Amino acid sequence: MTATDLAAIRGAILAEIGAAADLAALDRTRVAALGKKGQVTELMKGLGAVSAEERKARGAELNRLKDEISAALDQRKDSLSEAELDRALGAERIDVTLPARPESEGRLHPISQTIDEIVAIFGAMGFKVAEGPDIEDDFHNFTALNIPPEHPARQMMDTFYLQGPEGGRPVLRTHTSPVQVRTMLSEKPPIRIIVPGRTYRSDSDMTHTPMFHQVEGLVIDKTTHMGHLKGCLADFCRAFFEVPDVPVRFRPSFFPFVEPGAEMDIGCSRKGGELKIGAGDDWLEILGCGMVHPKVLRHCNIDPGEYQGFAFGMGIERVAMLKYGIPDLRTFYEADLRWLKHYGFSGLEVPSLVRGLVTP
Amino acid sequence: MKFTFSWLKEHLKTDRTPAEIARALTDLGLEVEGMEDRGAALKPFVVAYVVEAKPHPNADRLRVCTVDTGGGTMQVVCGAPNARTGMKGVFAPPGSYIPGTKLDLKKGVIRGVESNGMLVSERELGLSDEHEGIIDLPADAPVGKPYAQYAGRDDVVFEIKLTPNRADCLGIHGIARDLAALGVGTVITPAVQPVPGKFKSPLDVQMHLPAEVANACPMFIGRYIKGVKNGPSPAWLKQKLEAVGLRPISALVDITNYLTLDSDRPLHVFDADKVEKGIRVRLGKPGETLAALNGKTYAIDETMTVIADEKAALGLGGIIGGEPSGCTEATTNVFVEAALFDPKRTALTGRKLSIDSDARHRFERGIDPAFTQPGMELATRLILELCGGEPSEIVVAGKLPDWKRTIHLRHARIWSLGGVDVPADRAEAILKALGFAVVRAGDGYEVEPPSWRADIEGEADLVEEVIRVHGYDKIEAVSMPAPAVTPEPALTPGQRRAGLVKRLLAGRGVMEAVTWSFMGKAQAESFGGGQPALALANPISADLDQMRPSILPNLLQAAQRNADRGSPDLALFEVGPVYAGVGPKDQAIHATVVRRGNVAPRHWDAPKPRPVDAFDAKADAMAVLQLCGVPLGNVQVEAKPPSWYHPGRGGVIRLGPTILATFGELHPRALRALKVDGPAVGCEVNLTVLPLPKGKAAGRARPMLKASPFQPVTRDFAFLVDDAVAAEQIVRAARGADKNLIVDVGVFDRFSGGALPQGKKSVAIAVTLQPVEATMSEAEIEALSAKVVAQVTKATGGVLRG
Repeated sequence: MTATDLAAIRGAILAEIGAAADLAALDRTRVAALGKKGQVTELMKGLGAVSAEERKARGAELNRLKDEISAALDQRKDSLSEAELDRALGAERIDVTLPARPESEGRLHPISQTIDEIVAIFGAMGFKVAEGPDIEDDFHNFTALNIPPEHPARQMMDTFYLQGPEGGRPVLRTHTSPVQVRTMLSEKPPIRIIVPGRTYRSDSDMTHTPMFHQVEGLVIDKTTHMGHLKGCLADFCRAFFEVPDVPVRFRPSFFPFVEPGAEMDIGCSRKGGELKIGAGDDWLEILGCGMVHPKVLRHCNIDPGEYQGFAFGMGIERVAMLKYGIPDLRTFYEADLRWLKHYGFSGLEVPSLVRGLVTP
Repeated sequence: MKFTFSWLKEHLKTDRTPAEIARALTDLGLEVEGMEDRGAALKPFVVAYVVEAKPHPNADRLRVCTVDTGGGTMQVVCGAPNARTGMKGVFAPPGSYIPGTKLDLKKGVIRGVESNGMLVSERELGLSDEHEGIIDLPADAPVGKPYAQYAGRDDVVFEIKLTPNRADCLGIHGIARDLAALGVGTVITPAVQPVPGKFKSPLDVQMHLPAEVANACPMFIGRYIKGVKNGPSPAWLKQKLEAVGLRPISALVDITNYLTLDSDRPLHVFDADKVEKGIRVRLGKPGETLAALNGKTYAIDETMTVIADEKAALGLGGIIGGEPSGCTEATTNVFVEAALFDPKRTALTGRKLSIDSDARHRFERGIDPAFTQPGMELATRLILELCGGEPSEIVVAGKLPDWKRTIHLRHARIWSLGGVDVPADRAEAILKALGFAVVRAGDGYEVEPPSWRADIEGEADLVEEVIRVHGYDKIEAVSMPAPAVTPEPALTPGQRRAGLVKRLLAGRGVMEAVTWSFMGKAQAESFGGGQPALALANPISADLDQMRPSILPNLLQAAQRNADRGSPDLALFEVGPVYAGVGPKDQAIHATVVRRGNVAPRHWDAPKPRPVDAFDAKADAMAVLQLCGVPLGNVQVEAKPPSWYHPGRGGVIRLGPTILATFGELHPRALRALKVDGPAVGCEVNLTVLPLPKGKAAGRARPMLKASPFQPVTRDFAFLVDDAVAAEQIVRAARGADKNLIVDVGVFDRFSGGALPQGKKSVAIAVTLQPVEATMSEAEIEALSAKVVAQVTKATGGVLRG
């Protein structure tokens, strides 16, 4: 066997490897070259017949050949595998323009979201959320709030009554204010609470629904005065409406459970028929408020000579409508999927002053 | 409360514009609801003289009028039957906008004759429906004068919303007083001069009130006026009343209405010839009735203040007069009443009888007691002026109650409560301008409120008076002092949890709804409610007359409405209150989910989507419970659903004896009652009864994680059991085989029929073992498997399938 012969063998095997059309053919070539009875294996076996000094050089030569063939086999195997995978994948083609499997979308009602926003803002000012029952008694809903039975304000409230003896009939709370009373009767000042919740009045037209939501606020301590009331609510409005310079206006008003009493307006403009909150030529009434009436404090066993504070009540639907441009109050309660999708919020949008109240 | 600018100016000398007055009213707390310039629309129209009206050459019904408009002579073709030579009317020049027709007037040629403008009717000016003819003015109407000015219609009408405490502003002179205190003018209300009586009243007045209710009518002043002639009021009075929306009736009635509005002094005028002997003020008698001036008859009871004569009730004090003793055109002798009535009794009577009169509105808010006699004098003067007659001396029964009281106002209190620093002189001046008597004393002022301010009860009221006139806009806004740099959580754990549940359910693809807390009684009854105690006494409608025992009916009906609108497959939830009784503890918060239709719309991968089933509802319930930290391994599911679920496809989830949730397919009967098409499933989780997580005391640190380094092993078993055996029994039994090593038991197959015997089913479970100490040997696994089989067999009678 001459070097020329070996070179021929090498050339033939490598050529066969390069020509292998698939993995099976390649394997056949491998067996024919390196298998137990393969051409190169046979040559290795033949080394025993060669002289010792020649054997060394020849053995090395054969080993090189063997390594070279192995490497060529591996390389060819890789490229054939890749080609085969490409072919297989080509046959697995799908129409990726088909729609994905449907998933239903859930959203939070604007009332829930708005309450969470209100809680985030007042929470940062140290208010805690308090709650009370929807079905109230006369004392908590009226009497303790300085609304005696013959008071004209009782009539203005369009109260829903449950069945019961005259005078002792439970009422559906007409405002969230009874929770003021419940809180003052059960906790000692200082008190800072807000009370978001359902309220009821027997009224139903374009702008009234028999059920709606209010948020009550109450602060009781020794020093809080009307300037704090103004500041607290102005701070709230700026944060809630995200209008840093929204003007606020206090007007004298009357609610039996406060004295002095006020209504608060925020500035707006109606240029071009579009309502915009902020500095403008018009005002929007958004809440009633005042300093807690001394009689209310006394009803709640708090000494008005020592303690004072403020209270306010704000319509949640109203501020939601203003902020989010929802035109019709009645739609809040219709559970219309189209409305909920349009005006609702992702459950992931947890209002936070730190992260931003609403995703811009 | 409506009033005109010109009427206000009878009481207030001011150079301010109506817009400035409106601003001042709002600043004072007399909120302006509307302001209308009535004169603006009437500006183009002038008083004109018809120099000549001759027949139209080409039309019988038309006339060709030569009209002197004061600025020139115009030819006008007019079709009105009353158009005639020498009359005075109202001329509309070409180019003017006619309010009644909503058209711009153009020059024209009518049947060949040129017409420049028109003579108008009241309807064309939008003043009334009168269209019989053109406006026919008296001969002395000045030609060329703007008609609005001539007719007193060039006025601005204000409408203010008065809060119940401001009874004193239910009269225009009271409004003027408040405005003057703000500094926008001077009060010029003329002083009231008494009218001397010419004779002794033939009718007397007697108080027949029991001593303990003497305050029902503390004082009654009467006056007899003989020889009056009742008839239409003069134009000035009619115009005043019409401008504020009142219909003129007759001079005597109009006078009482006028004084009510002008001076906040309700009065009543009796036809004296219909009063038997005199006025008796007493409480009502059982069975007594009153045929009132509003045409209705009312049953009187012993709680009501009655103005009567010797025979019968003539009126309800402070509320309404009676028809039989009222004045008519034929009335010649009258008896005028100016009285005081108790606000509380007036309010209760008015409410009991549902009478809303101007008198009641004022008496229940509190009338100025000191103005009772002046009111009588004003009324007398007006009656004499408009109806003639001769007045008697006044008759007084009862006496003026002592309204005087003194309240101490600490000067420092203005700042400490009102948050604004008002100089002492300024505070004193404000109170005095409002009619309060003020004496400086010690740290502040001794203040005596005027007779018309019954609403002023204490120091806080005085602070409000000072700061509202000083200006709420001068209160400086102060941010709340922060209680801490980082606030404590605002929510209780329960509140926080309810919020998380909403966000969880939204994340599960469920839409949040908010629905009424009430529903129809029948619906409430079919969902476990309907107790009489929870029925509304005055529902807004019959289908909203019962407090809800469950949120399911509302959501089911909402789902159906959406289905009708083309969204048949949907899921809705509400987290809100339900009511088991009227007590505070009877109210619970439920998280309720309803799923309707198919789990998804049709899709290329699922052309026939699966309808929702009880397990979808169970998954919602379990997800809520898991979020709320309920140990799901400890809850039991029982196939004993409430009656509104399918009896075989619903259940309750308990923790010990407490039912945490219910779920299932809705009962077809319940759906039918709600007119809802199935399939529909739902669940209700009672958030109120869920155990709350341990408080902060328990620490925030979690127990150390014990993650085993050894491979978990899963073994499958299939059991043949009776149909009645619940899957949960098998799972529990398998779990019980080794509470430490067995970490999960899943049910991965169940079937019946085929080769299986009748009444039997096959349930396959996958038991996962998690070794902790060392890898388990095959022998150990076998031993534990045998134990699992034994436990299941023992608990259920099932046998392992080969």
